[in-house]
This record gives sequence, structure tokens and C-alpha cells, in this order.
Amino acid sequence: MPIQYYIALSATLFCIGIVGVLTRRNAIIIFMCIELMLNAVNLLFVAFSKMQPITTAGAGVATNNTALAGIDGQVFVFFIMVVAAAEVSVGLAIIVMMYRNTHSVDVNFLNRLKN
Amino acid sequence: MSITEILFWFLSVLALVSAIMVLISKNPVHSVLWLIATFFAISGHYILLNAQFIAIVNLIVYAGAIMVLFLFVIMLMNLDAAIEPKRSLWMKFAGVISGGLLLAVLLSVVRTSVDLNNKTAKLNTGEIGLIKNLGNTLFTKYAVPFEISSVLFLSAMVGAVVIGKRN
Amino acid sequence: MNLVYLVPLFPLLGFLINGLLRKSLSKSLIGIIGSGAILASFIVSIILFLQVKADGALPVNPLFTFINTGTFKIDFAFQVDQLSSIFLLIITGVGFLIHLYSTAYMHDEDTMHFGRYFAYLNLFVFSMLLLVLGANYVIMFIGWEGVGLCSYLLIGFWFKVDNYNAAAKKAFIMNRIGDLGFLLAIFWLLQKLDTVNFADVFVNYKNLSQADITGITLLLFVGATGKSAQIPLYTWLPDAMAGPTPVSALIHAATMVTAGIYMIARSNILYSLAPVTENVVAIIGLATAILGATIALKQNDIKKVLAYSTVSQLGYMFLGLGVGAYTGAVFHVMTHAFFKACLFLGAGSVIHAMNGEQDMRYMGGLRKWMPITNITFLLSCLAIAGVPPFSGFFSKDEILAAAELQNPVLYYIGVAGALMTAFYMFRLYAATFLGNFRGSHEQEHHLHESPSAMTIPLIILAILALVGGFIGIPEVFAKDAHWLEHFLAPVFLQSKALQPEHLGDSTQELIMMGIVTVLIIAMIIWAWSKYSRYQPTTEQESGLGKVLENKWYIDEAYNGVIVKPLNSLGSFLKNVVEKSGIDGIVNGTGRFVQYSARQLRLLQSGQVGNYILFMVLSIVVLFLIFWNQGIIISFIQKIF
Repeated sequence: MPIQYYIALSATLFCIGIVGVLTRRNAIIIFMCIELMLNAVNLLFVAFSKMQPITTAGAGVATNNTALAGIDGQVFVFFIMVVAAAEVSVGLAIIVMMYRNTHSVDVNFLNRLKN
Repeated sequence: MSITEILFWFLSVLALVSAIMVLISKNPVHSVLWLIATFFAISGHYILLNAQFIAIVNLIVYAGAIMVLFLFVIMLMNLDAAIEPKRSLWMKFAGVISGGLLLAVLLSVVRTSVDLNNKTAKLNTGEIGLIKNLGNTLFTKYAVPFEISSVLFLSAMVGAVVIGKRN
Repeated sequence: MNLVYLVPLFPLLGFLINGLLRKSLSKSLIGIIGSGAILASFIVSIILFLQVKADGALPVNPLFTFINTGTFKIDFAFQVDQLSSIFLLIITGVGFLIHLYSTAYMHDEDTMHFGRYFAYLNLFVFSMLLLVLGANYVIMFIGWEGVGLCSYLLIGFWFKVDNYNAAAKKAFIMNRIGDLGFLLAIFWLLQKLDTVNFADVFVNYKNLSQADITGITLLLFVGATGKSAQIPLYTWLPDAMAGPTPVSALIHAATMVTAGIYMIARSNILYSLAPVTENVVAIIGLATAILGATIALKQNDIKKVLAYSTVSQLGYMFLGLGVGAYTGAVFHVMTHAFFKACLFLGAGSVIHAMNGEQDMRYMGGLRKWMPITNITFLLSCLAIAGVPPFSGFFSKDEILAAAELQNPVLYYIGVAGALMTAFYMFRLYAATFLGNFRGSHEQEHHLHESPSAMTIPLIILAILALVGGFIGIPEVFAKDAHWLEHFLAPVFLQSKALQPEHLGDSTQELIMMGIVTVLIIAMIIWAWSKYSRYQPTTEQESGLGKVLENKWYIDEAYNGVIVKPLNSLGSFLKNVVEKSGIDGIVNGTGRFVQYSARQLRLLQSGQVGNYILFMVLSIVVLFLIFWNQGIIISFIQKIF
């Protein structure tokens, strides 16, 4: 598939995630949308790891012929997942604390930074 | 249209629809479920791109562990549709518009870019997705980040425990 | 050449030492430093004078470049020629005598003020020396301003009295009005000739049009009217008598007020080429002479009489300059310095003895107690009246003779002024020193002759007033005996060439001189007899006498026409423009900043959602700019 399709798909998922972060007031839903954004980025990385120029028939195109070219993209995805997992655990702990103190998960209550 | 293309389009539509349903659902549990559907779609994309390891790991870690964690927390707080607070209308509007703007900008860049003219992502082939190769690279070239990520997990665990402690 | 720099250096050092160290020095040491500095300058001036007499004018060597711009260069340079050397001798010589006098006169002051006085006096002499030594108009102007400043400082010396401060301000402000004319003349010269050096201007004057020369000379004369107290800027001089009497002697009799005459004498070639200006100068000089004399007839304060007398005598000097008798004017400057300084110092001696009393209606018969002051005062009065063979006769007569050759009307009016001069001076002498004492008993007990530090300068100046005239014996008495004219000839050479050769009839001249002398002696005898038995009456003056006593109401006229409108303009500007306009803008800016800050504060709502929204929008904008740089740059280039 031409790489533009993957980029478009990934960008759309990313923007849907942003709209979710901006629109929802429930802290947990916001967190989930962040995960969505991360996943969109993962998709893009994997697509780029497989990216290659289109080979025209017969002509010797200069492609990167090593078998493991582009593997960095997927390793990076692996690490993103690692970080996402760690982040989720800590973030949910914070949200539980917040619920314990205020009995609500409404983000608008967290306005200590006011003025 | 070959079967890979059909699969590609089907999975893309599935992913997009599920993402939008995540946003729209009133019930948080429904949102979680739709997110899991999204993850499945994305893993399908990974398999299409022959990134087998990543696909499996995505399913296990994300859909299996992280979403379950989310569900636990939602159930713990007894959230249901009634409690969901309402956002002001103009904020929703502004959010949608700014997201849309961002999408428009990104897509315009993609369309006008010259670099990407002849590139494609190879489907169904390639060896880099195989677990053997990935493991090899991970433990040789990226050994140090690997170790550091274990330290990261340790600190996350400690942090979560400390934060969750009831004094 | 290095000797020239010593002349102003000594007074400058004296000013710095006395000014900065006056707390730690004793009064006698301050006096010695102050007077010693001037004495040293006097000695160097004598050496320079002898050099100039032998070799002619000394060459000009610039010390450093003062202003250097694209089109012109102004050097800090001194020029010693015949004219400056005469003035140097007058300034340092008479200045030294006055410093000596001041050590005794100001003895009652406390050390800090004593030191301040001598510092200012030295600074004044320094500025005056700069004025006469300058080799171009700008250095002269620096000295010009300096003497104006010192005049202000010294007139308001006893600053605790408000009236004196007002007098000092009046002097300074009137000076400044004149200085504006001087500055405009300098700018005009610079624009037309690209130089202000005397050497260059007096050679290249041919490049100026007639209108230029007339304009420049008129403007220079405006400056001179301010500094030398001519109509219309003379009213500061009588008020300046608020300062200590030695100050009046030095500044307002011998030196500062003669700065205008020096300037015009220095620029004589320009004036000779502008007959319009010369007429203006002569008429204003004559008018001032008469005005000063008439007012002096009815004044009762000794110092005021002498002040108006100075105004009048300065008028004579300008009359001399206006008719082309440059040597005569300089001669009169010299003799006037001698006898006027002696008169002022004598008046100071009297005031000192009378413990501050200055009104001559309460004096009388002082010759019994103050013999030396009496004799010296009498000699100086004879000199100023113009009785031969005293010095005033020769100098005044030279001016009047030149005036007669120009226009007989000038001559007759000038003679009338001379007669008035004789009358009011002897009125002053007789009322003060002759007859019976009219003051109170305690004053009578206090009367004594002044200490020698005061009487020695009086004696020296009186002798000079007696014999000083012999350096300028006119043609009618002896051929080629006018030493001063020969000495100053190189300076006035070009002017002399332009003037038509006036040869008066020598017999007629002798007859005129004789008649005038007889008339003057008659006036003296009249005043002597009228006022030696003077009893102050309580009747008020009426008619012409009242007008004269009130100085022709000119001060009041100035007050109404100039001062009051300026004051109201000032208050208008203060209340309307300053308070509402400028303050309004400044305060308004502050209030605007406060208002906008308050509005901006609302952005920080504490809602994280808002923050993320702004973040996203900013990222969009950044992306747009980043990926469309080329379009944006070309668009901006099209606009600008």
C-alpha cells in the first residue's frame, strides 16, 4: 500500500485521540484516549519500518537490501509499549488517589493551578 | 483488488469506527470495550505488515493487561453513565475543531510531500517482524535500553504502590 | 609659548584648591592662595606683554582639537597679540589688587564662605582669561559663559537673602538672552565660512555678503548688550550691587562688563564693513550713556550711583566703537578699570566703616575719619569727570573727538552726558565726604580708616587713575605721542585702512577741549557747593525727579510686558500640558498595563483541558508555519 495511506490512517487515529482528550471530562476516558494516540503512533512506526521504494520492473533500484533494515522501527514500538504499560500503572494509581480525595473523577475539579 | 487490500480497508474502517465510538459512548465500560476493538484492528494491521511479534505483544499487553486494569478501576469506582459529567458545548466544539485542524494540516503535508511519492509499505513479506530477528536485535544492539526499561518497570511499580498507599 | 598656558592655569588651580579644600585651610592661607594665583598670572602677563611689545603678536598653537566634524574643526587655542596682552594686564593687575582688598573686606565671613568666595573669584578670573585669550569665537564663548556663571554665583554670594538670589537670577537670565545672539552669530559664521578662528575669519571675510556681515555683527552686538549692560539688557547691573563690593569692583566695573567691548574690538574689521551696525552701536551706546547718567543724578545708594555710572561709561565705550575709534574705546576700558575700581573699593571702604550703611543721606564729613579713602576717592572722581591731566580726560576726549568727526550731534549729546557725569559724581563725593556727619551716634563711634590691605589697593589704583592717561596723548598736544595707538595699530590695521582719513582742525579741537573742561569744572563747583551742606529733606521727589529716581520705570515695564506673560505661560504649561498631558500619558500607560494583565490572568483557569486545547492549537499553528515557510516568506516580502 502506498505509504500515504498508512500515514493518513495513523494521523486520523491520532487526531481522534486528541479530540477525545479535549472533549471528555472523565479522567479515565482521557487516559484511554491517550493510549489510543500511542497506538496510532505505534502503527505508524511499524509501517515506516516496512517502507521501501517501489521497485520498477527490471531496473536496479537502490534499495536497502539488508534483510534487517528498518528493524529499528519495531524495536522502538516495543519500547513504547513498555513505557505505556508503566505509565498506565502509575496514572491509574493517581486517579484512584484523586477519587479517594474528591469522590469524583471530574477533571474540572483539579483546578489548583488557577491564577 | 487483492485480498490484502480488501483486508487493509476493512481493518482501517474498523479501527476508525471503533475509535469514534470510544469517544461517543456515554458509559465508560462501553468505551473500554470499543477501545479493545480498536486494538484488535490495529493488531490486524500489524499482522498484515508481517510484524508478528508486535501484533501478539499488542494484544497481550494492551488489550489483555492494560485494558483489564482500566476495567478494574472503572468497576472500583462504580462509574456509570449517570455520573458522567457534562462538558460545556463550546468546549466540545473547540476541541473537535482544533483536532480537525490538526488533521487537516498533517494530511496536507502528506499530500504535498515529494519524498513519499514512490514509497510503499511492503505487506506480507519481510523478515524483520519475525521474533527471531527482533529478539536478536533487541538483545545485541539495544541491550542497554532493555535493561533500563526493567529499571523503569521497577520504579513504576514502586511508584504505584507508594501512591496507592492509604495513610 | 608655554607661558600662555600658565596664565589661566594659576587661577584654575587656585579655584580648585580653595574650592575643594576650604574646610581644612585657614582664612589667611585661602587668601594667600587666591591672591597669589592672580599675582603669578600678572607676572606672566607682564612677561608676555614685553614679548609682544618686542616681537609683535605671538603665533597661535592649538592645545588640542575641541570639535572635529566633517566640515569644520575648532581648536582649543590661545592667541596673544597686542589687544589681548593689554586686557591680560588689566584683568590680572586690577584683579590682584581686588583679591588683596577682599582678604580684609570679607574677613568677617566664616571660613567655609571665605573659601567659597575666593574660589569663585579665581574661577571668574580664569573664565575671563579664557575669554580674552581665545583664538576663536568658541573659546571666547566658553569664557563668556563662564564669567556669566561666576557673576551669578558671586552676586548671590550671600544666598540666604532672597532678594540677592533674585538679583543673581536676573543677571544670569539677561546675560543668557544676549548669549543667544552671540551663539546665532557663531552659527552663522560657521555656516558661511566653516571656521570661527580669528585668524581665518578676519582674512576670509570677503566671502561674506554684506547682509551676512551686517547680520553677524548685529547678533554679536546683541550678545554684547547683554554682557556689557547696554539698552535694553542693562537693568541687571544696578541690581547686581547686591553682591559684595569687591565683586562689584572686579566684575561690574573692570572686567566682565568690558567683555563686550573686547569682542567688538577683536571683530573690528567686520564692524568696519557694516556701517549699519556701527550706527546702531553708536546710537545705543550714546542713549545708554545718557540714560545711565540721568538715573544716577537722583540715586541715594552709593553703589547704585556707581552702577549707573558704569552703565553710562560703558555707553561711552560703545559710542567709541560705533564711530570707529577702536583704540579710544580700549583706552577708555583701561582708564575706566582704574578709576571705577578705585571708586568701588572706596565705596566698600566707606560701607565697611559705616557697618553696612549704603545710603549717602546718612553719611557726610567722612574725610575726618578716613583720610586715605577720601583722597583716593577724590582723585578717581576727578578722573571720571574728565578733568585734565587725569586719565579719564584723555580717553573720554578721544572718543568724543572721533564722535564729532562722524556727526556733531553725537558730540554735543556726549558732552551733555559728560557734564552730568561730573555733576553726579561730585554730588556723591560731597554728600559722602564733606559737610557734617548725618548718621547715628553708634555709627559715628564705629568710623575708622580701613586696614592697609584695603587702602594699599586704593592708593595704587588712584595713582594709576592719575597717570594712566599719559600713554594716550592725542595728536593735538604732541605729534606721534599716542603710545597706545601705536601699540594696538596692528590689530586695527585693516579697519583703519577702510576709514576715510579724518583730519580735524587742531585749533578747533583745542578750543572745544578747553570749553568742555571749563564747563566740567563749573559743574564740579556747583555740585560741591550744593551738596557739601546737604541736609536730607523728607519731601518726596516730584515730576522729573521722581521719574529719574524710579529709573524711568523701566524695570516695571519689563516686569509687565515680559515677565508676567512668561510666568502665566509657564503656569499654563505646568497645569495643563504637564499634569493632564504628559502625566496622563505616563500614568495611562501604567494603568493600561494593569488592565491588560488582569484580562490575561483569566487565561489561567486551572483547567487542564483548556491548557491542552491551547497546546493543540499552537501546535497546529507551528506546523502551518513550519511547513509553509516559503509561502510565508514570499508573502511578507511582498508586503514590505
